[in-house]
Amino acid sequence: MTRFSAFSLFAKALGGHQSWPEQWPDASPKPAYDAIIVGAGGHGLGASYYLAKKYGITNVAVIEKGWLGGGNTGRNTTIIRSNYLYDESAHLYDHALKLWDGLSQELNYNTMYSKRGVMMLAHNVHDVQSFKRHIHANRLNGVDNEWLTAEQAKEYCPPLSISPNARHPVLGAALQRRGGTARHDTVAWGYARAAAALGVDIIQNCAVTGIRRGADGAVEGVETTRGFIASKRVGVSAAGHSSVIMQMAGLEFPLESYPLQALVSEPVKPVFPCVVMSNSVHAYMSQSDKGELVIGAGTDQYVSYSQRGALHIVEHTLAAICEIFPIFRRMRMLRTWGGIVDVTPDRSPILGKTPVSGLYVNCGWGTGGFKATPGAGDLLAYTMAKDEPHPINAPYNLDRFRTGRLIDEAAAAAVAH
Amino acid sequence: MLLIHCPYCDEARAEIEFAYAGEAHIARPPDPAALSDEDWTHYLFIRSNPRGRHHERWRHIHGCGRFFNAVRETVSDKFEVTYKAGEPRR
Amino acid sequence: MSGFRLDQGGRVDRSRSISFSFDGVTYQGFAGDTLASALLANGVLLFGRSFKYHRPRGLLGAGSEEPNALVSVSRGPGRHTPNLRATAVEVYEGLTAKSQNRWPSLKTDLGAINDRLGMFLPAGFYNKTFMWPRSFWDKLYEPAIRRMAGLGEAPTQEDPDHYGAVYAHCDLLIVGAGPAGIDAALEASGTTKRVILIDEQDEPGGGALDDPALWSWLKESLKDLAAAPNVTVLSRTTAFGYYHDNFIGAVERLTDHQAELCSGPREKLWRIRAGEVILAQGAIERPLVFAGNDVPGVMLASAARTFLQRYGVVVGKSVALMAAHDSGWRDAFAHARAGVNVAAIIDVRATVDAELLADAEALGIAVRLAHSVTDVHGRLGVKGITVSPNGGSAESRIACDALLMAGGWTPSVHLWSHSKGSLAWDDALGAYVPDQPNEKVRCVGACSGKWNFGSGLVIDTLPTPRDQSRIKAFVDFQNDVTAKDIHLAVREGFKSIEHIKRYTTTGMATDQGKTSNLNGLQIASQALGRHVTEVGLTTFRPPYTPQTFGALAGHAQGDLFQPTRKTCIDGWAEEHGAVFELVAQWRRARYFPQGGEDMHAAVNRECRAVRSAVGIFDASTLGKIEVVGPDAAEFLNRMYTNPWKALEPGRCRYGLLLREDGFITDDGVSARLAPDRFHLTTTTGGAARVLNMMEDYLQTEWPELDVWLTSTTEQWAVIALQGPMARKVLEPLVEGIDLSPEMFPHMAIREGTICGVPTRLFRVSFTGELGFEINVPAAYGRALWERLMSAGAALGITPYGTEAMHVLRAEKGFIIVGQDTDGTVTPNDAGLDWAVGKKKPDFVGKRSLARPDIAAAGRKQLVGLLTDDPAVVLEEGAQIVADPAQAIPMTMIGHVTSSYWSEALGRSIALAMVEGGRQRMGEMLYVPMPDRVLRVRVSGMVFYDPEGVRLNV
Repeated sequence: MTRFSAFSLFAKALGGHQSWPEQWPDASPKPAYDAIIVGAGGHGLGASYYLAKKYGITNVAVIEKGWLGGGNTGRNTTIIRSNYLYDESAHLYDHALKLWDGLSQELNYNTMYSKRGVMMLAHNVHDVQSFKRHIHANRLNGVDNEWLTAEQAKEYCPPLSISPNARHPVLGAALQRRGGTARHDTVAWGYARAAAALGVDIIQNCAVTGIRRGADGAVEGVETTRGFIASKRVGVSAAGHSSVIMQMAGLEFPLESYPLQALVSEPVKPVFPCVVMSNSVHAYMSQSDKGELVIGAGTDQYVSYSQRGALHIVEHTLAAICEIFPIFRRMRMLRTWGGIVDVTPDRSPILGKTPVSGLYVNCGWGTGGFKATPGAGDLLAYTMAKDEPHPINAPYNLDRFRTGRLIDEAAAAAVAH
Repeated sequence: MLLIHCPYCDEARAEIEFAYAGEAHIARPPDPAALSDEDWTHYLFIRSNPRGRHHERWRHIHGCGRFFNAVRETVSDKFEVTYKAGEPRR
Repeated sequence: MSGFRLDQGGRVDRSRSISFSFDGVTYQGFAGDTLASALLANGVLLFGRSFKYHRPRGLLGAGSEEPNALVSVSRGPGRHTPNLRATAVEVYEGLTAKSQNRWPSLKTDLGAINDRLGMFLPAGFYNKTFMWPRSFWDKLYEPAIRRMAGLGEAPTQEDPDHYGAVYAHCDLLIVGAGPAGIDAALEASGTTKRVILIDEQDEPGGGALDDPALWSWLKESLKDLAAAPNVTVLSRTTAFGYYHDNFIGAVERLTDHQAELCSGPREKLWRIRAGEVILAQGAIERPLVFAGNDVPGVMLASAARTFLQRYGVVVGKSVALMAAHDSGWRDAFAHARAGVNVAAIIDVRATVDAELLADAEALGIAVRLAHSVTDVHGRLGVKGITVSPNGGSAESRIACDALLMAGGWTPSVHLWSHSKGSLAWDDALGAYVPDQPNEKVRCVGACSGKWNFGSGLVIDTLPTPRDQSRIKAFVDFQNDVTAKDIHLAVREGFKSIEHIKRYTTTGMATDQGKTSNLNGLQIASQALGRHVTEVGLTTFRPPYTPQTFGALAGHAQGDLFQPTRKTCIDGWAEEHGAVFELVAQWRRARYFPQGGEDMHAAVNRECRAVRSAVGIFDASTLGKIEVVGPDAAEFLNRMYTNPWKALEPGRCRYGLLLREDGFITDDGVSARLAPDRFHLTTTTGGAARVLNMMEDYLQTEWPELDVWLTSTTEQWAVIALQGPMARKVLEPLVEGIDLSPEMFPHMAIREGTICGVPTRLFRVSFTGELGFEINVPAAYGRALWERLMSAGAALGITPYGTEAMHVLRAEKGFIIVGQDTDGTVTPNDAGLDWAVGKKKPDFVGKRSLARPDIAAAGRKQLVGLLTDDPAVVLEEGAQIVADPAQAIPMTMIGHVTSSYWSEALGRSIALAMVEGGRQRMGEMLYVPMPDRVLRVRVSGMVFYDPEGVRLNV
């Protein structure tokens, strides 16, 4: 692997950039691997990297139906935070946050993790109670999250309207300063390059068509559009398509896939310094390094794999943005796009073993998977290497839906009275 | 915005008149107490989530108020048919 | 010819001179000019700076595809719009426009240092550096990158304009009013179809506007369409997105082109549902890729023709043409015929149509076939070009001040692709054309790939004897993506067009690749040695051109963002100085401060009044559902945890509602009015959800039950009268109801009249005091409230708000669903097992209560908490631990759900969810706050009048 640095950039420039090697080779499938990851998004590529790096399992293939990073990794609004309420969630997302810090150096690839702060707006007494609960719980869990008054919130994010006459006035905000954004594509590319350098095969344009199980029920490998590939360890990290893959192994999952849209404005000079989220008004926004306002919308209401959403969702989202930030009404929407998010009944992920021996799963991240990318990759790698979950992902098992031990962050926050 | 045919009103109307109500033909077991935890979990949470034909429920919430069933292709989002609640699975 | 404006020709109105300014300099244009044509007429060639290298840029196109000439337009406070294409800004008297992304000036931009450093800033350079030292990213590198990036400045003040939105339905929607679109509309004008024809430009005509030979046809056709009652023609309207089932979003621009500020909406969103759609969006000419193709004065040949024919403006006094397609020749001929010197026609092809050659000869134009432009001279404008024979190294220089490019045509299949119609590659056109439709839609004219522009050669980059790795030949002009960037991406292993696009950012600028996508694809295809169709095609995504946030938000702003629901008594509360809070969609009076009281003082006073005399409270926001039918009791019995069948008419019962997963979702007191009639109440926020849930079970699980559900939330005003004097206030006003404790006990309902108005009178209490909730038809709510106020004046009647209500109920240990419970609490957790019918075989959620972790010991349970220091009021949401000395992360065993100062008790009280809470009575626990640790003792939940004697009076 050619080490990236200002020096290498300078040196290669003198040669007209002719001698840069491929960041990762386009591998063809070998007959067998020690481990296979299905899905070359940030999570799956991260898992392959950590399998090789931390657990010495380098004979690994990552199989991707399309092109790597082409799913939700490249379609999200890049928000990173860990100020979750429940211990299980706080530990999971903070594990990821700690990995984000230093990821550029670890991968030798600038993932542009930017700690610009994630600010969540409280618009009513219920929001205030809920956010205070988060802040107290976060503090005792060692996760930074602080309360700001409306004036402090405005100071932190000047475009914010704190007019008391707004339909949903801002009563205050919870701010996680370590929260922020990263450049989504580079996370996938950085992991791909680093994993490939450790010997991982990244096989694109190779769709899984079946999961082969032996007489004992254990996984023997995957059938693909490029032939059978043997492995006793298969990890599925296929986001919106997870339930389709699990069905190939005869497993039914508590998952539904919904369209989620996002959009960006035309680029403008720096005007928006942080990430702002509002659950009550239902919108979130940041500004990319390129200058685009990056805006997230809600999911459409129905199950779909179309990667296509409805206009009225965009209308509602922009109405919400203009309500919180009236100065942006003349800004213009440049591009919208859709992803497919897989949602569990408690909107928390499933990350661990499955009832099929040798088959592991990482799915159900819903609308919030990007922030977990390094953590999910690391924990999936651990689980596959040890054949048992790490204590952090142990609660995220499939059995919780049977026992009732759900991890329902949204339920804890969102009931009105 | 989808165009949805309400089988009660017998009219195609805009999606914003309707509320999606999840997968169809998942009947509540008549005697839940008789079910194992696994079977009850299946009823509560397991969904087919197909990439393809999907049987689903909608409610014409800003219209006649009725729940009805539909078959929709989840890749194209095109409706194949909508039919009244209680009618056999298409 | 004066300057660059021809003495005649064009569609501009030469009788109306218009003065406007650009970068502080005042210019004159004509009505009908765009900012681009008017500046060009004044000899202005330099319009902007590119995104990355800050290279000087002029016009590339003449329409909405323009990537270079982006300007900001300001017209007073709040009316600042960045990133507008000069080619789509109509001039009006007083227009004030500025160039962008340059400092200190457009001509001298220090950011252009990036251009000198360009060799160190290839595609993806930022992935490879800015990592050391680690701490520099946040403080130094990123802020610097952000300052360099971006285009115009964002608005900084609230936009004073407003926006409209409509729905429209038609049988036929035609997008694009060029000749093909107009023909389609004319054809349909004689039918009964409702037709909408929309076009993005300020006047319909499309390509016909560039061709004077068609102007009389255009005039007649538009007259015919105007006369057709079934045809609506919308100009300045952009169909930006094609959604499911022939649903098209379009934005009409209403005021930006007018000199006077108008009172109407600035833009209007059209949401159009069409029976059939005809797309007639035309085609966009492609630039050619060669060194210097971005120098101001190098532009699309078709654009130059537009400026010439439509605006009567020439782009130079001596123009040359670099062609790979026949159409450019005709554009050059048009220039020659208008008296412009055409310095040369260079064509990369070795042979072209003989007729073209003959025409060129007749016009005296020098022609060089099998040649390519290999360099363009000049920095802020073209001074000449260098031409070499293909495959040879000989160079010759041609003097000219503008260079036209004719690289072939790209059908505008954007909306077609939004609709998920498939595309087919056409090798001859070097472009994708519409193939199979996915909706009821067809393409006509140039966007279908059929045109009469002639033919051309599809080529990725022009041949050059120079080292390709050392020249900047631009593909995406705005984002400064060069051919070598694409080669670099391929070299580094980015092989899918989506990867190449994301790595190089080609096609991701504000023009969304309208002029660059196909060239990028061709170059990638050549670099990969794969056919174009194997490289993939990036997905076209709405919007077609950028659209204003405000237009998409439409009316949903300010008060119209979301309705604020107000009770019929809200006006009284407002007149009496209430402070409000928002609960779900409602606003509710939170407290009624008197004479400068703060919330604390007001709430204490209101609580004292309820406990000692009588308080009056507007409870109208409670959800209400009328449940009627022979099976009403059976239905409720199945829905709620409690038994309902034995409830006698005239009695009330507290009802608890679970989701099927066993968690509490709602509660409320409900009354049986008759064997077949119940009056249900729900929480304020839960009303719609509960009704929907009940309808779901009724319609789909138990259709055999004969029950009707009707929302009556807004039909009844509800006034709670609470306190020892409540009966005294009420008695004189009520007729037909015996209010004595014997005849009207706690948890009873009676029907009668109050002040002559029919009422459903509940004897219920959410305060622990003697209490009534008076339901009257909503129209009488305020009148009754005012009567009660005057009737109770002598007894000290006091209006109280939701905050006092919360304190009073907490003193009694009554929970609020959504505050003391969240979506993870079971009846047992909340101490509500008494409300669960043990003998009922089933109810919604019952089975889930038997799941292992729901039935397990150690769950969090709702209990009371008393602070060691009675003066300390805990913070709601504060976390509870058993051992305050432990290290972080601490083991938290619970949290405070409700916490108040209790005026009645003279101390603070709190409710909390605590692990195994009911086994911890009397136990000392700790609440670690940032600055100190508070000690609390676990108690029962009923703090006031635990025997309930105050209720039964």
